[in-house]
Amino acid sequence: MPENQTVSEEKPASSGSNGAAPSLHGATAAKARKDLGDEKIIAMYRQMLLLRRFEEVAGRQYQMGKIKGFCHLYIGQEPVAVGSMSGLEEKDYVVAAYREHGQAIAKGLDPNAVMAELFAKSTGCSKGKGGSMHLFDVEKRFYGGWGIVGGQIPTAAGVAFASKYRDEGAVVLCYFGDGSIHQGAFHEALNMAAKWDLPCVFITENNKYAMGTDIERISAILDIQQKAVSYGMDHAQIDGKDIFKAYYGFKEAIDRARNESRPTFLDVITYRFRGHSMSDPAKYRTKEELQDEMDHDPIKRMETWMLAEGVIDEDALKSMDKEIKDEVKAAVKFAEDSPFPDPSELTTDVYVEWNWDIE
Amino acid sequence: MRKILFRDALNEAMSEEMERDPDVFLMGEEVAEYNGAYKCSVGMLDRFGPKRVIDTPIAELGFAGIGIGAAMVGMKPIVEMMTFNFAILALDQVMNTAAKMRYMSGGQLSCPVVIRGAGGAGGHLGAQHSQSLEAQYVHCPGLKVMMPATPYDAKGMLKTAIRDPDPVIFIESEILYGSEGEVPEEEYTIPMGVADVKREGADCTIITWSRMVHFSLDAAAELAEQGIDVEVVDLRTLRPLDKEAIRKSVKKTNRVVVVEEGWYWASVGSTVADFISRDLFDHLDAPVGRVHQRDIPMPYAYNLEPLSLPNKDNIVEAVKRACYVD
Repeated sequence: MPENQTVSEEKPASSGSNGAAPSLHGATAAKARKDLGDEKIIAMYRQMLLLRRFEEVAGRQYQMGKIKGFCHLYIGQEPVAVGSMSGLEEKDYVVAAYREHGQAIAKGLDPNAVMAELFAKSTGCSKGKGGSMHLFDVEKRFYGGWGIVGGQIPTAAGVAFASKYRDEGAVVLCYFGDGSIHQGAFHEALNMAAKWDLPCVFITENNKYAMGTDIERISAILDIQQKAVSYGMDHAQIDGKDIFKAYYGFKEAIDRARNESRPTFLDVITYRFRGHSMSDPAKYRTKEELQDEMDHDPIKRMETWMLAEGVIDEDALKSMDKEIKDEVKAAVKFAEDSPFPDPSELTTDVYVEWNWDIE
Repeated sequence: MRKILFRDALNEAMSEEMERDPDVFLMGEEVAEYNGAYKCSVGMLDRFGPKRVIDTPIAELGFAGIGIGAAMVGMKPIVEMMTFNFAILALDQVMNTAAKMRYMSGGQLSCPVVIRGAGGAGGHLGAQHSQSLEAQYVHCPGLKVMMPATPYDAKGMLKTAIRDPDPVIFIESEILYGSEGEVPEEEYTIPMGVADVKREGADCTIITWSRMVHFSLDAAAELAEQGIDVEVVDLRTLRPLDKEAIRKSVKKTNRVVVVEEGWYWASVGSTVADFISRDLFDHLDAPVGRVHQRDIPMPYAYNLEPLSLPNKDNIVEAVKRACYVD
C-alpha cells in the first residue's frame, strides 16, 4: 500500500437507494477471493460477525448488571482484529489494550472463557481476576489486556525482542488506540524496536477519539504515520473498514516482521459505533457522523459484496447469524452457570514462589 | 578467603548466571561498551557479545518494558537502571506490568525480571541523585525487593534474584560499589527473604539494611566500649520480610532501633516498626526507636548533606535512648 494513501480518498459512495451498505473495494476483494478462496473468506466474515454479536450481548449483559467495572466494546472495529489475525500463524503473539474482547476471540480464545471473564467467573480466561481489560491466554499466545494507555507498547516490543533473541520466527502484533501515540512509552518503544529490528507490528486502531477527545483537538499532526518517520520505521495507513484492504495492509507488515525482522507502524482508520466505555453516551460526536459510519458498517459492506459476488446466499447468512447468536447465548449460559472464584483464590497468583504469610 | 569489590561481586553473579542460563541477558544504559556507569559490567560485552549485553537509549520506561515483556514470555532479563532515581520513570512498567501480570492473568504468567542498579545517597549529588526509594517497591504486592550490604551478600543475593521466577527489585548502595569484602571462589547463593545477623548482641537490636548496616556496625562498636551490647540484623530482603529473624532478635534483646537511609514517612522502617509494635508488643521494654534521613530533599551543600543523613552518632544516641541510658 502506498505510504501516502489516505482512507478518505478510498471511502466508497454512500449507500444506494435500496438501503444496502456499499460494497468493498472491488479490485482488492477480487484479489482476496483469488488468494484466499471462499471458505476462508466466509470464515473471516463469520469471525467478524461473532465479534459483533458477542459485543452486542456483552453490552446488554453489562446493562443487566452481570458485567461490572469498565467495559469497552469493539463494535465497528471488527475488520482490524480479523483482518490482521487472518494472516497470523499460531506461534505469533498478540498484545492489546483494554478494548480487546475482539482481539482475544480473533486470536482463538474460547468465547465462553471470555464471557466468563467478563462475568468475573473462575472459568474465565484469567480466572475472573483480570476482567474485561485483562484477558490473557498464554496457550493461545494472547498476552493481554492492558489498562494503562500505551503501557503495552514497550512490553510488546519486549515480547518481540524475546522472539528474535530465541529465533522463534514469531511475529508480535501490538494493538493500541490513537490515544496512545502521545505517550512516552510509545515513542521509546518505537525507537528501540526500529533500532533493534524487532519483529513487531505496531497497530494504531485510529477510531479518531481518545475517549472523548477528537484527535484533531490534541494531536499536533493528523497524518500520524509521520510518527514512524522519525524512527526510520516502515509505516502505512490502512483502511480498517474494508476487511480485505485491512488484510493486505496487515499482511505486508506481518511478512516484513517475519521475513526481515523489521517493525512496522500502522495507522488503521476505523470507527467505534459505541461510546468509549459503557458509561459514555458519546456526546462529543454528531449523530450525522455516527449515522454515516453506520451506513458504511464494515460487516454490512462485506455482506453486500459476498451476496453480489455469490460467495454466499441470504439463507446461508441467516443461518450463520442464528448459529452465532446461539453460540454467544451459550457463552452467556456458560458464564452464568460458572462459579465465582473461590475466596481462597483471593491470595493466590501473586507470586510463583511464595511461602510467606500476607500482612 | 579472597577479597573483591562489591561491584565485581555483582559482575561475577551476572556473568556466572549468564554462563549458566542462555535466557539471561543484561540491558541498560552504558552497560556494554562503557562497561557500566558504575563499572559493574566490566568485560561482559567482550565475554557475552552484543546480543546479550545491550546498550539502551536513555529511555527507562521503554527498556524496562522491553525487559519485562521478554520476561513475560520466559526470558530472564537483568535490567540495569543507572540509578533508581531514574527508575521512577519506569514505575508504570514495574508496578502496573511486572507486579501484576501474574495476578491479572489468573496465574498463567510470571515475570522473572531483575531490575537492579544504584540507589541511596550518593555523595554531594544533590536532590535528584540521592534518594532511597525502596519503599516505592516494597509497597507493591507482586514485587520482591533485595538490598545487599556486603560483596558476599551482593553476589549470592543477585544470583538468587536472577534465578527467582518473580520480578525482583535489586537496589545497590552507590557508595558501597567500591567496598571490599570476602567472597569465596566457590558457587553459593543466599536465599530470598532471609535476614542475616551481622553482629550478635544481647542489649538492643538494630534492624537495618544496605549501607546502613555499616553505620550500625560502627555504632555498635562504639556502644560496646560503653558497655552496650548491640545486635545488628541485616534484613537483606525487604519484601518478603524475614519476620522470624526480627522476632528472634527482639525477643532476645527487648529493645529495638530501626535504621534506614531514606525518609521516615510511609517507609520500610515505619512498616518494620509497625510490625514490631504489634507483633512483639509484650517483648518490648522501650518504644521502637527510629533513625532515618531528615524529611527534606537532599541538599548539595556538603556541610548540610551530612546533617540530612543518618550517621553513627544518631544511631548511638537512638540505641542509648532505647536502653534508657543517658
